[in-house]
Amino acid sequence: MYEHLETAKNPDNLKRVIVDPVSRVEGHGKVSLLLDADNKIQQARLHIVEFRGFERFIQGRPYWELPVMVQRLCGICPVSHHLAAAKAIDQLVGVDPENLPMAAQKLRYLLHFGQVLQSHALHFFHLSSPDLLFGFESDINKRHIVAVLNEFPEIGVQGVKIRKFGQEVIRMVSGKRVHGTGAIAGGMNKSLSKAERDYLLADVDQIIEWSNASVALIKKVHCSNLPYYDQFGTIRSNFMGLIKPNGGLELYHGGLRVKNPKGEIILDQLDYCEYNDYIHEEVRSWSYMKFPYLLSLGKENGWYRVGPLARVNNCDSIDSPLAEAARVEFMAHGGEALVHSMLAYHWARLIEMLHCAEKIKELLNDSAITDTKPEDLVAKGEKRFEGIGVIEAPRGTLLHHYQVDENDIVTKANLIVSTTNNNMGMNESVRQVAAEYLSGRELTEPLLNNLEVAIRAYDPCLSCATHAVGKMPLELELIDAEGVVIDKLLKHSDGEIERAHV
Amino acid sequence: MAKLNEPMSKPILVFGYGNESRGDDALGPLLIEYLEQHCDLDQVDLLTDFQLQVEHALDLENRKLVIFADASMACQSAFAFDRLIPAKDESYTTHAMSPASVLSVFQAIQSQALPECYLLSLKGEQFDLGAELSSSARQNLNEASQFLLSLLQNPDPSFWQQQLQARSEHTSSALQTDPSLEHA
Repeated sequence: MYEHLETAKNPDNLKRVIVDPVSRVEGHGKVSLLLDADNKIQQARLHIVEFRGFERFIQGRPYWELPVMVQRLCGICPVSHHLAAAKAIDQLVGVDPENLPMAAQKLRYLLHFGQVLQSHALHFFHLSSPDLLFGFESDINKRHIVAVLNEFPEIGVQGVKIRKFGQEVIRMVSGKRVHGTGAIAGGMNKSLSKAERDYLLADVDQIIEWSNASVALIKKVHCSNLPYYDQFGTIRSNFMGLIKPNGGLELYHGGLRVKNPKGEIILDQLDYCEYNDYIHEEVRSWSYMKFPYLLSLGKENGWYRVGPLARVNNCDSIDSPLAEAARVEFMAHGGEALVHSMLAYHWARLIEMLHCAEKIKELLNDSAITDTKPEDLVAKGEKRFEGIGVIEAPRGTLLHHYQVDENDIVTKANLIVSTTNNNMGMNESVRQVAAEYLSGRELTEPLLNNLEVAIRAYDPCLSCATHAVGKMPLELELIDAEGVVIDKLLKHSDGEIERAHV
Repeated sequence: MAKLNEPMSKPILVFGYGNESRGDDALGPLLIEYLEQHCDLDQVDLLTDFQLQVEHALDLENRKLVIFADASMACQSAFAFDRLIPAKDESYTTHAMSPASVLSVFQAIQSQALPECYLLSLKGEQFDLGAELSSSARQNLNEASQFLLSLLQNPDPSFWQQQLQARSEHTSSALQTDPSLEHA
C-alpha cells in the first residue's frame, strides 16, 4: 500500500505540483504532489476543494418534497438520489421494502436500470474511451468524445444511442426527462402504458447487442495490455456493496456485503438501516470529503471501495445470462479470488451495463409494469420519524438518512455518496500511480494525465454541481524547495497547451 | 430511435438548461417555463435538462433553427445572442458539454446538415446550491424573454441574423470567440 505517501515527513523542503482541476470528472478536485530534489514523489493527495452542503439544502423541507428536490443535488445521477430518497421516505410513511407493491418495486428497478445503463454508457464512451482507445499519454487533442467519433465512429455512435435509450427508459417511467416524480412515498405514481412499453421494447435488443459488444471491446483492450492494465493504479482493498439474499448482484435493494482483499466475506447481509453501527467517517484536514471506514477493522485497515468493481467482485452470480457469462470470464482473467486491477473498473462497469440492458428487457416483458391502477402502486403504513434508504448508484453505495418532526419537516439529513465511499481508494490509486509511474521523471501534461486516468476509473462525482462549466483551465506548477516556480504548464479552456518560461 | 410522445420534430427547438436549485443557474429552465405560457408552440419544441450531454445531439435532428439558453457569468449586459459553430470540446472539464461541442457531436453522427444554432446567454451572478434567483437575474430573464419571444414570432433565419448583427453592435460579448466559456 502507499499510505506512507499521504503525508510527507518534511513538506517544507519539497517541490509542489498541483493538477487543478482534474478533468472529465464531475465537480472540482485537485491533486497535489510533493517531490524531492530528484523528482521522487514524497506525498500525493486528491483534494476535494468544494464544500457541498447537501444536508443544509435538505433540512427544513417537508419530506414529500425530497424525491424531486434531491434530484437537483446532482446533474449526473439525479435518479440515484431520487430512488435513495424514495426508499428513505417509504420508511417515513411506514412502508418497508418488502411491503412495497410488487408493481411499484419493478418500476423502480426499471427506472434504476435505465439510470445505471445511461450513466455507465456516458462514462465509458464519453469520458474514458479517449484514454482507453488512444492511450493514457496520447495527444491531448485526441482525448475527447469527438475524436472517438471521428476515428471510431461506430463505437461513438453506439455510446450516444445507448445513453439516449437509458434516458428514454427514465422518461417513460418517471414521466419527464428531468425532475420526474416516478417514485413517491410508499410506491410509484404511474405505471407504463403498453405503448410506452412497446416503444422501449422496439430498441432493447439492439441495446443489448451493443452492450455485449462493448464488453467484448473492453475485454480486448484490457487483455491486450496485460500485465500493464492489471498493475496500473492497482491497490488491494476491502470491497463493499449491496447483495441479493442468494449472493447475486444487486443494484436496488439488499443487504450489505464486505469482502476483504483475499476475497473472504467478512460481513454479509447487514441491514443498512444499522449502518451507523458498522461505518464511521473520518475527517482529514486537507480535504472536504470524509474518509469512511468499517468500525470493526479500524481507520487504518477498514477503508473499502464501492462501485462496479466492488459489486462484481462481491457477488456470486449475476441473474442475466450474458452478463453472468461476462462475469465468469472477468473473474477468471486475473487468476485470483478477486480482481484488484483499478482499470478493471471499466470492464466491470460494462458488465453491469450489459446486465441493465438485459434486465430492462426482462422487466418490459413483465405484465406487472403496465397499466396498473394508481391505487395499486402505493402502500401505506404508520408514520415514523426516521428513514434510511440505500441503493447501489452507478458509482457505488449511496445512502440517504432523514429524521423528521411531528410536522413532517426534515430535522436531520445525512448523505454518504458513492464517491465519498471511494475517497481512500482514489487516494491510494493516485499514490500508486505517482509512486510507480511519475516518481523520478520530468512531469509533463501527458504524464500527469496518468493521475487523472486513475481518478476517472472510479467515475467520481466530486461536487454534484452543474455550474461554472468551462471556467477551469488546467495549471501545473513545479515549485522548488525555496518556493520558486521553476516550471509551469498551462492548459487553456480551449485546450491549447502553453509552457510558460519561468 | 422512435420518439414516443414527442411527435415529429418541430422546425424550431429552444433548449434551456441549468439547475433550478442553484440560484441563477435556473435562468435556462425558467426561460422555458416562460415560453410554455406565452409562446405559440405550433412550430416550437421546448426542452430542458440540467446540463448538456452527448445524446442531446440527437435532439437537433430535423430542425431548422435551434436556440440554446443558459446562464452566464461572463455576459456584459442582461443577455447576449450569439451564433454557434461546432467546436471540439477540448476544455472537457466535467461531464457536461458545451453547446458548440454538442453541435460537433451532431456533425460526427449525422449525415444531415446542421441547423442554424444560436446561444442565448443570460447574465447570472450566484450559483450556490439552495440559492434563490437573484433580483438582477430576474430582470435579465424578463429582458431575454421578450427578445426571444420576438425571435420566435418571426422564425425567419434572415430576421434572426439581423437581430444577431444588431445585438453584436449593441453589446460586446466575451463569448464571441468561444461561446462555451464561462457558462454556468
